[in-house]
Amino acid sequence: MSLKIQALTRSIWVYHLATGSCNNCDIEILDCITPRFDLERFGIQLVGSPCHADALLVTGNMTTKNIPRVKAVYEQVPKPNVIIAIGTCALDHGMFDGSYTSRVKVDDILPVDFYVPGCPPKPEGMIAAVAKLIAQLRQ
Amino acid sequence: MSTIIPIGPYHPLQEEPEFFRLHVEGEKVVHLDIELGYNHRGIEKLAESKSWDQVVFLVERICGICSTSHPAAAINCMEDLGAIVAPERAQYIRAIICELERIHSHLLWVGLAGHFLGYNTVWMWSWKYREIVCDVLEKVTGNRQSYAMFKAGGVRRDLDQDDIPWIMESMDKMKPVVDLFRGAVMDDPVLHARLKGVGCLSAEDAINYAVVGPTARASGIRIDVRKDDPYFAYPWVDFDIVVYEEGDVYSKAMCRIDELYQSVSIIEQCLKKMKPGPIDLNIKELPPGEGIGRAEAPRGEVFHYTLSDGSNFPARYKVRAPSYTNILSNEKAVIGETVADAALILAAVDPCYCCTERLTVIDEENNKSVLGQADLLKLSQAKTETLMKRLSL
Repeated sequence: MSLKIQALTRSIWVYHLATGSCNNCDIEILDCITPRFDLERFGIQLVGSPCHADALLVTGNMTTKNIPRVKAVYEQVPKPNVIIAIGTCALDHGMFDGSYTSRVKVDDILPVDFYVPGCPPKPEGMIAAVAKLIAQLRQ
Repeated sequence: MSTIIPIGPYHPLQEEPEFFRLHVEGEKVVHLDIELGYNHRGIEKLAESKSWDQVVFLVERICGICSTSHPAAAINCMEDLGAIVAPERAQYIRAIICELERIHSHLLWVGLAGHFLGYNTVWMWSWKYREIVCDVLEKVTGNRQSYAMFKAGGVRRDLDQDDIPWIMESMDKMKPVVDLFRGAVMDDPVLHARLKGVGCLSAEDAINYAVVGPTARASGIRIDVRKDDPYFAYPWVDFDIVVYEEGDVYSKAMCRIDELYQSVSIIEQCLKKMKPGPIDLNIKELPPGEGIGRAEAPRGEVFHYTLSDGSNFPARYKVRAPSYTNILSNEKAVIGETVADAALILAAVDPCYCCTERLTVIDEENNKSVLGQADLLKLSQAKTETLMKRLSL
């Protein structure tokens, strides 16, 4: 395991990127860091700038107007990093499939490593995803 | 010469990415540009390709926090179109879900306002107590958000009679929580100094900008769809419209906190008055014609319109959400205020600003970033600290 990957799995700082979501997944992500679930126990922290992030949490169905912004944010994230697509919209547009503003999926734009389905996924589901991700990175 | 501060459009954890351009002269905000549309998903057009039952699921996903207000307006709309009156038990269940959502939404706002002020404890506490409501919603509807409970002519799930004592118990737990937050806001001299007289929206401006919900009620406008155009079980329960006169951020906060008492009381009354009975009329089709539906979301009035040609799909579907008018009122509220207060005032109308905001100050001449989001947040939090020292706390 390279030093960079080893460092990546220690305490993951996440940046949350909403690409035209309905806020459901977004408040559930926030919920993960509040006292009931308290992910900060494990050093997982939401950061305000993509430059500080180890992981990107992408929600929403990637509306056309957001694409250049998403690319700009991704370019600022230090590599190596992990990208987690959260929610059904980020997987395959879900309910919004066929909309004139959602022509591309999140994984057409970003190299997604992990998918967490659900509308919205429960905080437990997201935490399980992060745990599995760390286990996989360590292999 | 004024400097431009762009706020957004990419806000992490924001439901509808809006773009604000603050024009500032020194510390004072002199002008505000608002740009919307980053989150445009073409829902009205999509609705024309969905069946009546699916439309309810679609509008549920307009906004995750108001995820029962839009279905509420949608079924009001369909029931208006088909002249349907849902069974009494269904009406009570609908009102309960709507009020549970109002509690969770207002607590969410209190937490985020706390975060903006530098009181992160308030954020953590209010989100901790919000879990009580989320648990009730999960038990009743099967999901923490996006409840999928409503359909034209009834509800999809019945409320288990055995759950009622437990829900009552949870509501009892909410009362001391609301007391706690009310006390925290009313007794804190720093909050008074930070919130009173800040971001005032006069009653006249409130009417001119057609603001709705707590934003209007905090400016002394007595509007509430639950009273003005009663729907669901609201005509059968007893509650008050909370109105404050000042229109500043403090009034908006107090208005929301006081509404929590009303919501808890409405849920308790509904649970007591509910009798066993049918919950669904099994409506199969809707006639041609037009229908309108309104509902009081936590942020204000949601309005839906539909045109039916008698087929299984709406021929036209129109949605007007409360944030749309409320956000525009920022133009009045924020002008003349300091940059340190801007983030708070923009958040005060509850446009679902969640967590960190990315803000950059750009020098107009050389187009260089001079003040970042973290700096602005720090500015706001530093102002609270200075006030604390001045008031020797």
